[in-house]
Amino acid sequence: MRGDTSDPHHWLDGDAGPVVRPYTVTAGRARPAAGGFDVVAFVVAGAPPATADPRLQPEHHAILGNSQQPISVAELAAQVDLALGVVRVLLGDLLAEGLIAMYEPQPAANFPDDKILKAVVNGLRAL
Amino acid sequence: MDSVRSDRRGTGPRIPLALKILIAGGFGVGKTTLVGSVSEIRPLQTEEVLTDAGIGTDDLTGVEAKNTTTVAMDFGRITINSDLQVYLFGTPGQDRFWFLWDELSFGALGAVVLADTRRLADCFPSVDYFEQRGTPFVVGVNCFEGAQRFSPDSVRNALDLDPEVPVVLCDARDRQSGKAVLVSLVEYVASRRGHPVPAY
Repeated sequence: MRGDTSDPHHWLDGDAGPVVRPYTVTAGRARPAAGGFDVVAFVVAGAPPATADPRLQPEHHAILGNSQQPISVAELAAQVDLALGVVRVLLGDLLAEGLIAMYEPQPAANFPDDKILKAVVNGLRAL
Repeated sequence: MDSVRSDRRGTGPRIPLALKILIAGGFGVGKTTLVGSVSEIRPLQTEEVLTDAGIGTDDLTGVEAKNTTTVAMDFGRITINSDLQVYLFGTPGQDRFWFLWDELSFGALGAVVLADTRRLADCFPSVDYFEQRGTPFVVGVNCFEGAQRFSPDSVRNALDLDPEVPVVLCDARDRQSGKAVLVSLVEYVASRRGHPVPAY
């Protein structure tokens, strides 16, 4: 042994990559139990559960903590630092438990009317 | 449980309308730079873990144990007002992750295809993709320092673009320049519907 060995995990850093395989937190589930979860769908946490739900993992709680205000699925995944697919599975759990509300993109997002497009152009110019 | 999806009535939280714009182009053409220069938030990365995407395309000899691949997607956000946000997604650079694009492209307002005139062919696949999907796109010619500048028309010819597709010169590092590219895209989307957005 050489150097400072007081921290047994000194070789674990960002460059080393994750030490837990990504879908471990979903118990191997690759598809959510419910929901589609577009990358720009919005998530809002509901009232916190009265009693701690033993089925909820720290990652579920992290999602709830980050979605007190409406947040997009993409941004949520970045905030909790989990892969998009993993976050979708966890969101499916939370949706099934009634702990979050999901707002999929409105059809208007596909075909925004002229008023919206004009607002976007003006907003971009004003930045 | 009662479904609350897509329910925007009542006293629930105000959910902004989120528009998606894709930033595409070859590897290293400046997609992340463009997202960063116009985003109001530090560009965030989200990852998609692929479990079987490489089957048939990856040579796994010697790395047989590797069956997941991580693809990072950059994204940024521009808040227009409290009800309207624009999300920018840098598409994964490698061709074989295009099925991820399909999801990203779904419901997208349009796309910016970034081109580097030193490696123009790198953006052919992006142009093909959006033409086939019927997704409105503009071509942003990222003028790298020292790169020989070509006129937008010569780029248009080289890419065999439809005459109405806007081709704009830009500097992906420059916020104003990046904004101008996005404005040209939104104006183009509006004009395709026969209702051009007034200049001011």
